[in-house]
Amino acid sequence: MRIFRLALNRLAVSIPCMGIILLGLFLMLQLAPGDAVDALMGQMGSNDVALAEQLRQQYGLGGGVTTRLAIYVWNTLHLDLGYSVAYNQPVLNVILQRLPVTMLLMISALSFAFAAGTAVGIIAARHVNKWPDTLISTLGLIFYAAPSFWFGLMGILVFAVWLNWLPSGGLEDLGAGYTGIGRVLDIAGHLILPTITLALIYFAIYLRVMRASMLEVMTLDFIRTARAKGLREGAVLTRHALRNALLPMVTILGLQAGAMLGGAVVVESVFSLPGLGRLAHEAVQQRDLNMLLGIVFMSALLVIAINFIVDILYARIDPRIDFNG
Amino acid sequence: MSLLKSLCRSPSAIIGGVLLILVLLMAALAGWLYPNDPLALAGRPLQAPFSNPRFLFGTDSVGRDIIAQLFYGARTSLLVGITATAVAIVIGVLVGSIAGFYGGWVDTALMRVTEAFQTVPNFILLLMLVVIFGSKIATLVVVIGIVSWTAPARLTRAEFLTLRNREFVQACRVIGMPDWRIIFREILPNALPPVIVYASVVMAFSILLESALAFLGLSDPNVASWGNLIADGRRVLRSSWHVATLPGIAILLTVLSISLIGQGLNDAMNPRLRRK
Amino acid sequence: MSELLSIEGLKVRLPRHADRGYAVHDLTLRLDENEILCVVGESGSGKSVMASSILGLLPPEVKVEAGRIGFEGTDLLRLPPHALRSIRGAGIGMIFQDPMTALNPLHRVGNQIAETFRVHTKLSSQEIQAKVLELLEQMQLPDPAAAARAYPHELSGGQRQRAMIAMALALEPRILIADEPTTALDVTTQAQILALIRDLQRRNRMGVLFITHDFGVVAEIGTRIAVMRHGVLVEEGPAATVLTAPQQTYTRELIAAVPSLQPPERKQLAPVGQAALSIVKVNKTYRARGREVAALKDVTLALPRGSTLGIVGESGSGKSTLARCIVRLLTTDTGAIEVDGADITQMTRHEWRSHARRVQMVFQDPYASLNPRRKVGELVAQGPLMYGAKTSEVMPRVRELFGLVGLDPAAIDRYPHEFSGGQRQRIGLARALALDPDILVADEPVSALDVSVQAQVLALLAKLKEQLGLSMVFITHDLRVAAQICDRVAIMQRGEVVEEGEASDVLVSPKHPYSQALLAAVPGRNWQTSGY
Repeated sequence: MRIFRLALNRLAVSIPCMGIILLGLFLMLQLAPGDAVDALMGQMGSNDVALAEQLRQQYGLGGGVTTRLAIYVWNTLHLDLGYSVAYNQPVLNVILQRLPVTMLLMISALSFAFAAGTAVGIIAARHVNKWPDTLISTLGLIFYAAPSFWFGLMGILVFAVWLNWLPSGGLEDLGAGYTGIGRVLDIAGHLILPTITLALIYFAIYLRVMRASMLEVMTLDFIRTARAKGLREGAVLTRHALRNALLPMVTILGLQAGAMLGGAVVVESVFSLPGLGRLAHEAVQQRDLNMLLGIVFMSALLVIAINFIVDILYARIDPRIDFNG
Repeated sequence: MSLLKSLCRSPSAIIGGVLLILVLLMAALAGWLYPNDPLALAGRPLQAPFSNPRFLFGTDSVGRDIIAQLFYGARTSLLVGITATAVAIVIGVLVGSIAGFYGGWVDTALMRVTEAFQTVPNFILLLMLVVIFGSKIATLVVVIGIVSWTAPARLTRAEFLTLRNREFVQACRVIGMPDWRIIFREILPNALPPVIVYASVVMAFSILLESALAFLGLSDPNVASWGNLIADGRRVLRSSWHVATLPGIAILLTVLSISLIGQGLNDAMNPRLRRK
Repeated sequence: MSELLSIEGLKVRLPRHADRGYAVHDLTLRLDENEILCVVGESGSGKSVMASSILGLLPPEVKVEAGRIGFEGTDLLRLPPHALRSIRGAGIGMIFQDPMTALNPLHRVGNQIAETFRVHTKLSSQEIQAKVLELLEQMQLPDPAAAARAYPHELSGGQRQRAMIAMALALEPRILIADEPTTALDVTTQAQILALIRDLQRRNRMGVLFITHDFGVVAEIGTRIAVMRHGVLVEEGPAATVLTAPQQTYTRELIAAVPSLQPPERKQLAPVGQAALSIVKVNKTYRARGREVAALKDVTLALPRGSTLGIVGESGSGKSTLARCIVRLLTTDTGAIEVDGADITQMTRHEWRSHARRVQMVFQDPYASLNPRRKVGELVAQGPLMYGAKTSEVMPRVRELFGLVGLDPAAIDRYPHEFSGGQRQRIGLARALALDPDILVADEPVSALDVSVQAQVLALLAKLKEQLGLSMVFITHDLRVAAQICDRVAIMQRGEVVEEGEASDVLVSPKHPYSQALLAAVPGRNWQTSGY
């Protein structure tokens, strides 16, 4: 019941947020030099002003600012994100085609970063200021500082070019014609390097947060109480410290998911993966503003959805959160 | 200052400081060591490092001197880092302090706007802004600042929410101090330390963002940039991997130095955690 | 009486940067069966460190350097970890000061109590559950089943502490170590918990090591007393002896500093002219997402000129809210607050600015009430400077004020962290006096201070009141402090004034049932008056 009320509350809060985003996107549309019709005319190679006016009326691009805003909001909420001239399909279709690959990449990367970061962070906290901690923290810093695209290229260089253990790009080996389990394994093999590349900086962040969180929690009073009851150190760690230390980790999970979508742009470009990120890159290169706005909108929706799930998860772990937030 | 003294005791701050000074020297001495335009064609393309005494790190796929680009690139990265961070911090602190101090509908409204900015992944937002506003270096700096202000705002707001109810602030109210004075002269100096530490994170990310944009071919092509070099090096990765590897190391060392200094600052300002 | 615990020559070292080398220095103490040994001391006396070292619960930087702690034939300090663990919770139980932080917020209360059984016994989960409910009933919790299912934040402070006691006594240990278990609780709740501990001790014939800073608590339940100061044992003996005829000077000073519940003889002042402050039917309600909390209900009080009005209550009584309404840190919903006849609730911000200097406030927390980044001289000067005085005029006045509150005038260039708690309160007082107010509102100004420092600050307040002709509103939860310093006392409960009158009436023969309960709950209330 508490969870249900919390869910409703979160949804209610997301609405003004989405409203501001839509307003912002519309503003961007106005600020952009030229509009979709100009782009269309450019494609057609025509200069006919009367035709342009007619097309504008047709696409709802004529009329005053408020009408255009209303039309834009209406269309977007109905997931009519416009038409992409470059792909010759509605924007929504292109996005939906590319979405699964990005989702696969993101979920793998996030899971890896979270799991590995948690485990390694705990190890670092247990041996704080001794050599395992110093080593882990230094590695973490290096992974944090390395630009992901460069790391990806180095990965390709070492594992694909020199060692030939992993493929250098693409989602799957289309020529080989795998099906079923074979295909799954093939895709998995292709995704190893991209996943690690995307996950790297977030792994470093989770490591640091988990380490700091564990160190913080171990100074709290209830740890002393647990020891006063005669618990073994291991039990103190797992039954008392861990759950409390995971709270900040779950909090930033939502934030990281959003940032990861941005990181996917670069990683998909490096590894030539047919995902949403690379679509964004192509849209920028082709100055296809419609597509780009559509991607922005979809990303925002995704982030809101992920944040929603994370908030519910957090409320399940922490009984102190009530529906007042 | 005692802060400087505690910084000197922190090993991470020292290493970071040394590295950063190296990068600063690179930026400062670029014009003196390599007086020619780094983006001008200088020799045969794709020469390996240490093969030609004129080009210590070799040349790129068009024939430009790599080490000159590395040195001039330091200027770009540092410039972008510092200016974009300044933009982000100024906007963030303003929004965060007003939201945190006044609370109520002001806070709610500002937080909705902050959330809206946070909901869109900042690299994708960056791409959109670059398409609309162009990619001259001056524009880039402002635009990177615009996608980075939300975290400093949140941090400042959190500090203000805590400090607003502290008794020393209430004491100022009781003696009749006006609001703006309380915000800027009483609370802000106490709220700034974590924001200053976070500024190092913002700076690190700004440099990474600019280089990512350059890698995708969306940065200013008229400016020597490490990201541009890596993009160039990608095309010749198999044969001349030095073109992509070297600038990446430069970015890594720069961002590493900034992060280390930030960590040192954090430890210095939190003596309780320093011993951990 | 057989000896349960024997501490011999305990030396505990503090890390390098601490203000003293040893937390505990050469301490020798014993705890017998069937007694409550109260270890009393001010902050920094080492009493908590001593308690934590018994079960090996010291923080990593604090190390035991020498000594022996004998329990059941073994030296606890030299036991291997697994042996010590089997004693914790089973042979010796421990409860801590703040039950909110001492319980894991993410686990249900019943589960946390059950953990003690799971660690030390091989009982099945049904048996454990039954035992947990039985324990909670013994602790006099009204609904044991609901309490067991609840999370810590869903219980009140008193209920949480009962749960903690249940957890510590689950396996009927021979010794209970209680480290300031009632300090964070309200007076009435404290009385209940003290009675509970005493009952349980008698029933199980335990030895209880009770750490406290409050002599009233000692008088209430102690059978034997040990006084500590700066890590050293100062005096020890049966409660009756130490409380009535202390041997050491320090003990005598400490006991003398505790204010008596009996108000001193006061000259009856005839009310001179108009009341300095008039609170008339003030109401304030907090509305948060559908829930309404009435913080102040129809509060009517008057502060006669030149006198001290005490406002006494427990947490949630509304006393702090009222204090903040008087200085306009909070607004009221209805009602009037008249300062010298003028209603401040109706004033605009501009009008209030000229009135503000008449009513000034002294705050509770000496560590949070001074901006750590400003020199203390600047802090005191802020008020007059805000009203347009020139720096050259203000600074001599600041030095004068420092002298008035008993601080060295040369100290105006130092920062707050260089002063002790008591000294900071004096600075806060100087700041409040800088604007020459007529009325001083003191919000629990001595609650966070050690008892000896408290006595000094109270004496200072009384002296300044006389000297400067102030009228004072004194907020406190401590009836002893109210007895000492207030002419009139108003008792508040849940936003209402339940009783009001002369201190000598209200605090000696209260009429309202709540006032009577409050007075009855003061620990050791008969100690100083009718003898122990």
